[in-house]
Amino acid sequence: MSSAVVEVRNLAKRFGGFTAVDGVSFDIGRGEILGLLGPNGAGKTTTFQMMLGLVTPTSGTIRMFGLDLQQHREAILQQVNFSSTYISLPYSLTVEENLSVVARLYGMSDIAGRIDDMVKKLEMGEWRHKLTRKLSSGQMTRLTLAKALLTNPKVLLLDEPTASLDPDIAHKIRAILLEERQATGLSILYTSHNMREMEEMSDRIIFLQRGKIVAEGTAKEIVARFGQADLEEVFLKLAREQ
Amino acid sequence: MAYHRIAALVIRHLYLYRRSLPRLMEIIYWPFLDLVVWGFITVYLATFQGEMPAVVTFLLGALILWDVLFRSQQGITISFLEEIWARNLMNLFASPLTPSEFLAATMVMSLFKVIAVSIVMSVCAWLFYGYNVFIIGLWLIPFIMNLVLTGWIIGVFTTSLIMRFGQEAEVLAWSMVFLFQPISCVFYPMEVLPSWLRAVAWINPAAHVFEGMRGLLATHAPPLTSLSLASGLNLVCLGAVIFWFHRTFNVCKDRGSLVRVGE
Repeated sequence: MSSAVVEVRNLAKRFGGFTAVDGVSFDIGRGEILGLLGPNGAGKTTTFQMMLGLVTPTSGTIRMFGLDLQQHREAILQQVNFSSTYISLPYSLTVEENLSVVARLYGMSDIAGRIDDMVKKLEMGEWRHKLTRKLSSGQMTRLTLAKALLTNPKVLLLDEPTASLDPDIAHKIRAILLEERQATGLSILYTSHNMREMEEMSDRIIFLQRGKIVAEGTAKEIVARFGQADLEEVFLKLAREQ
Repeated sequence: MAYHRIAALVIRHLYLYRRSLPRLMEIIYWPFLDLVVWGFITVYLATFQGEMPAVVTFLLGALILWDVLFRSQQGITISFLEEIWARNLMNLFASPLTPSEFLAATMVMSLFKVIAVSIVMSVCAWLFYGYNVFIIGLWLIPFIMNLVLTGWIIGVFTTSLIMRFGQEAEVLAWSMVFLFQPISCVFYPMEVLPSWLRAVAWINPAAHVFEGMRGLLATHAPPLTSLSLASGLNLVCLGAVIFWFHRTFNVCKDRGSLVRVGE
């Protein structure tokens, strides 16, 4: 039996004549952080959405915790959460109300205690009773991250989790994610356009281009393979080849 | 079905109502305004009571029951729109929440609205026009239950259309129900419709409820046939639209449009 928490095999998604994801395969081990890199339109978001059960793959399989996502959606998504710069939470609810609804949705116990922990961890105390519509973009990013961590996920999908955060908070967020990984064995699929961050956070990186994996390995391995100075140079080289 | 997930969504909507004046107006102000306008028309028509017997009872009763259907439909559709406006659909459907649980939560919200609106309208009708909605007696209960079901049918149908066609279909949330009004025979008997439209009205469960109400008020005979027809049609149509909602949900997932609804 495989020790991978996430197993993606030959995943493909076509929208009419356009192929967004083309035969992608990867694993994520327990406690591993896998970076997903690629220029806009490379298929990162579609891959995320298929892994969250929001988009049905044209072909291929996604298995998590040894279960097939198509057949065991509820059991899998109970242990998965996500955060993205491109989502928000209901504006007319306060920060605390939003977190409370999410905790109820996932059937959590000791909701108040868990929210207190999260508010403390992400330094949200001063604005926990504020309406979500009044949050700055950085505060909103922290709130969506809090909603993702609140449910004690075993797999976390993070789409640019530190975009719009100032360097201090972004550093703290990265530290929290690494702590969570250490403490709970959390597995993370991570995207960012900040190459330094990708190098710092990811155990391995896969590079997507036009829906296909074109490079895979540690940041150092990828940089060496393409003969570039750093990951940013690799990114620019591959993106400009598109 | 996981009840905690349904409860979570209901609580999320109740949080909204707690501090939103426009949403409270939907429950209190608009139904009240309807009642005032129609109430005065009814009072005026009542001066011809000799020529039009029981006109007050017919019109105000029909108005209150129509509002039950309308609010029941709105409860479903507006709850879905709230999630689109809040860009929250992705959060919900990336959680263990199932489409059936989502629908169940919107149905609970619909019941909440119906109960609130019914109380407001019944109390106002009694205070302003001395009209007792319970004049229909215990038959009011199956009438209301059937209208709630018809509201759910139109609500789920409209929600599926919005999910499938996105933002440009949002206007259907308010207009779709009025497409059903002429064939619901709210204020007139089915027999006044031309024969081809009568056939269309016959398959609309609401038309049998309003026929039953008029029959009950006119003859005091138990409206068993009307209620049986309404209930049977409601169950068949509700099953069909729920099936269609699930199918549309899967089509949207396949096309990748579920995450883009409202954009």
